[in-house]
Amino acid sequence: MYAQLIKTARSGIKSRDEMSKQERAFQDKIDADIKIEPRDWMPDDYRATLIRQIGQHAHSEVVGQLPEGNWITRAPTLERKAILLAKVQDEAGHGLYLYAAAETLGESRDELVRLLHEGRMKYSSIFNYPTLNWADIGAVGWLVDGAAIVNQVALQRTSYGPYSRAMVRICKEESFHARQGYHAIMKMAFGTEAQKAMAQDALNRLWFPAMMMFGPHDSESTHSEQSMAWKIKVKSNDELRQQFVDQTIPQIEYLGLDLPDPGIKWNETRGHYDFSDPDWDEFIDVIRGNGPCNVDRMKDRVNAWEDGTWVRDGLLAHARKRARAAAE
Amino acid sequence: MKNEWPLWEVFIRGQHGLSHRHVGSLHAPDAEMAIKNARDVYTRRNEGVSIWVVEARHISATAPGDKGPLFEPSESKVYRHPTFFDIPEDVGHM
Repeated sequence: MYAQLIKTARSGIKSRDEMSKQERAFQDKIDADIKIEPRDWMPDDYRATLIRQIGQHAHSEVVGQLPEGNWITRAPTLERKAILLAKVQDEAGHGLYLYAAAETLGESRDELVRLLHEGRMKYSSIFNYPTLNWADIGAVGWLVDGAAIVNQVALQRTSYGPYSRAMVRICKEESFHARQGYHAIMKMAFGTEAQKAMAQDALNRLWFPAMMMFGPHDSESTHSEQSMAWKIKVKSNDELRQQFVDQTIPQIEYLGLDLPDPGIKWNETRGHYDFSDPDWDEFIDVIRGNGPCNVDRMKDRVNAWEDGTWVRDGLLAHARKRARAAAE
Repeated sequence: MKNEWPLWEVFIRGQHGLSHRHVGSLHAPDAEMAIKNARDVYTRRNEGVSIWVVEARHISATAPGDKGPLFEPSESKVYRHPTFFDIPEDVGHM
């Protein structure tokens, strides 16, 4: 998802016998669905895993602005432009809520940003794919934000209070994102033949990258177990992916578009759609930095940060000067 | 000196006359910018009609460990609630 392949800070899961008294009390709270709050005692590994997951989630929101920001000046109408601008602004806000949640764990936002810019933290693989035309912008809202909602709705029940509250706020805004995207795609799918072909092409290209957002299969996801026990993760990768497929197929059918994967078939016994795996080698390759846009995304992020340094420093110098003058 | 902007906590009063409520945090160089940023981030969908900001380091809070001594005593004082008192229906609404 927006946080994929999060390495839990410890390997394997601790049994109750191995736990100290403090750890047992902590696990009891988690099991009773009592939220953990910033100054409560927590195991170091819980804190470290959360910082990693929330940090990656925050980075994804911020980097996620880049593929869409690319189309603000070229939106087909003034209304679409205003909508897209509002959505991209929301993403900046989502990044802020999440960085703020991470900061309650004792990691500063500037430090997290530094780790991202040094390549020591990741963001979701999905944002390393290009947005080639206007149909892609519709498809991103519909599929990428749609996938994000599936994950984030589950995360509203995560055990860490500030993370959970950030998710509640984000989910409220995210549904606007998915709906505006689907609305844009509807216009194209019901438009001219050429527009419909563009909508189909965008769906075909973004389908598998969207599937990858949920991360590897549960069987391959070695770090999930402890995160689930701590309720940092609430649902498994495969559960969330299935939920996304099941809710999206009828939306594709309504548009009259062809299914993007020949393996998609209703399975009566399971009561779910079957579907094909994305190319997991490609997934690993993109995570490692070799996707179509990894280099550009990082370059744009680092440039934005460096180009803004004089503004940040100038405002702070001004604030300090005024505070000094007021004190005298 | 570290050039990280200080952290502010943001409180918003909604449309319907309720108290200001904590909605989140942000970084800003001073109070004026904190209010501007809070307006941009936290009131984008008619969430409020008034904003308070306070630098996070100025907030004092109870310690999590004091939860018991501070808040448990009120649990046993059921007589502080109106429902503790049975009033005959004949008396009418009270």
